[in-house]
This record gives sequence, C-alpha cells and structure tokens, in this order.
Amino acid sequence: MFDATSHPARPALEGATFDGLVRVEAAGLTGMITLRGDVDAIGMPVADVTGLDVPDTLGITGDGVRALAWMSPDEMMLFCDYAEAEELAASLAGSLEGEHALVVNVSDARAAFRLSGPEHRLREVLAKLTPADVRPEALPPGMIRRSRLAQVAGAFWLDDAGDLRVICFRSVADYVWALLTGAARPGSEVDHFRDVRM
Amino acid sequence: MLILTCPYCGTAADETELHPGGEAHVVRAGPEADEDTFEAYLFQRANPRGVHFERWRHSHGCGKWFHAARDTLTMQVHGTYPAQVTEPPQDILDAIEEARAR
Repeated sequence: MFDATSHPARPALEGATFDGLVRVEAAGLTGMITLRGDVDAIGMPVADVTGLDVPDTLGITGDGVRALAWMSPDEMMLFCDYAEAEELAASLAGSLEGEHALVVNVSDARAAFRLSGPEHRLREVLAKLTPADVRPEALPPGMIRRSRLAQVAGAFWLDDAGDLRVICFRSVADYVWALLTGAARPGSEVDHFRDVRM
Repeated sequence: MLILTCPYCGTAADETELHPGGEAHVVRAGPEADEDTFEAYLFQRANPRGVHFERWRHSHGCGKWFHAARDTLTMQVHGTYPAQVTEPPQDILDAIEEARAR
C-alpha cells in the first residue's frame, strides 16, 4: 500500500520557472489550511493562534510569512510555511474544540504559482485566462478573487511585494502552468492595461 | 453573456463562473401528496416569457447558492438575493414593477 508519510513531499512542477511577459514560477511547497465554520465563532480563535487579522469579505491579510484569506462566507484559507502546516492545523483544531468547525491541512492538495513583473503585464496575463474583473479598481492589493482560469477553478491575489499569486488544485497544476506560461508567451502582448503602468 | 452579482461575496460573476440550478421557490409536495402532485413537483417547471426566478450557484467563486430574477426575453437581471427565503423579497419585486412601468 502506498504510504504518503514515508515519501518526502514533492511540490507540483518542482522548481519550474518561465520568463516571458512576466516571470512565472511554481511556488513550491506551500502550507495551506482550510478553516471552515461560522466566522463569528472561529474568527477570534484563529486570529489568536495565527496573529493575523480576520479578513473581510474577499480580503486577504498577512504578516509577510503567513496569510489568511477569505474564501466564502464560512470559509478561510490560511497560508503558511509547508513545514509548520501540520502542527499549526493541529493547534488550530485544538483552539476550535467545541465549535462547529473544520480544520484541514490541504497543502498537498493545492498548487501555488508566483508571477512577477510589471503590474500591467501581470493583470494582462491574468485577464487572458479568467472572466473576473482584474482592473486595479476591481482587484486591488489585499483582495483575493476566486474564479476560473480557463477550464478550472483557481484563486489569485496581489501580494505585498506586488507579485501575483495564483493557487489551484494540484491535480490541475500542469494545466494551470501551461495556461500561465502560454498567456505570458513573448510576443503575445495585448497592452490592455497600459494605463496602469506604474 | 450573463453577469450576476453574487449576494454573498458581492462580485459580479460571469455566467461561466456560475452553475444554473433551475427554477427557484419550488415547494416540495408531500409527504401525503398523491402521485400526480408529486410528479408535478418533480418534473413540471415554469418556462415563462418574461421574469423568471431561478437558482444559481457561484460554483467557481464562494460556492454559495443564491437566487436571481432574470427576464428570459430581454436578459435583464432585476436583482439577486440570498437563498434562505421561500419567496422573492420585496425590493426585487419593486425592481421588477419599476422595470415594467418604464
């Protein structure tokens, strides 16, 4: 029988990078913990354990290492270091004991990407793939948007460093990699967001 | 292209982000209902030329079910509202009346 615990974790598309209109990188192993429950009930305990503010609707808060993202009215996603995810999930589950809540370490079920480059190019690459409004006024830093990337579900946000972060299910990581690098292929400039050049 | 504003997350969601759920406010027949009534509950749906109350799920977004009032003829969306109601809220009905009066 396959025993996941006896095999070292391997990230999706280990170390892959692509340079085009923007730089696309597979972000490597990223800790992700799904927190589900009534925000009024789980918000405070989660804030206490993580030291992060509870995000508003569509918000994402972070301290440079960890980040807490709004996922739905009763769901949040905690991003952290891969190595601490298991322990952190256990301590969160402990602090939510007695609450009707769910804490699951989903790090190995998701893949993460980091896109870096000029902001107007990042938005352009994203706009090629999603029906979501990615103009600066509709997708400012500090906001996370769940939508689709071509045929699959994904979520994306601009982090404090101005990089575009994208997550998707790990089972479609190859597909999303192909999408992102295809959309960033040199020569495929659309210049739709030329006015947001900063 | 249809764009509905999800009442839970407030985003203007493209049709491809959503999953249709058919007619809204269908009331379950029974448990004592006769077969004809139950068959009607299961299979008979309104197919109006005009305002239609329908269910949608923001499947590629926050994942929540919600309701929308949409005109099947003009594709005008009169509004969206949460799923935890058994009939359209008054402000949606007012919006429909207002659109008709124009």
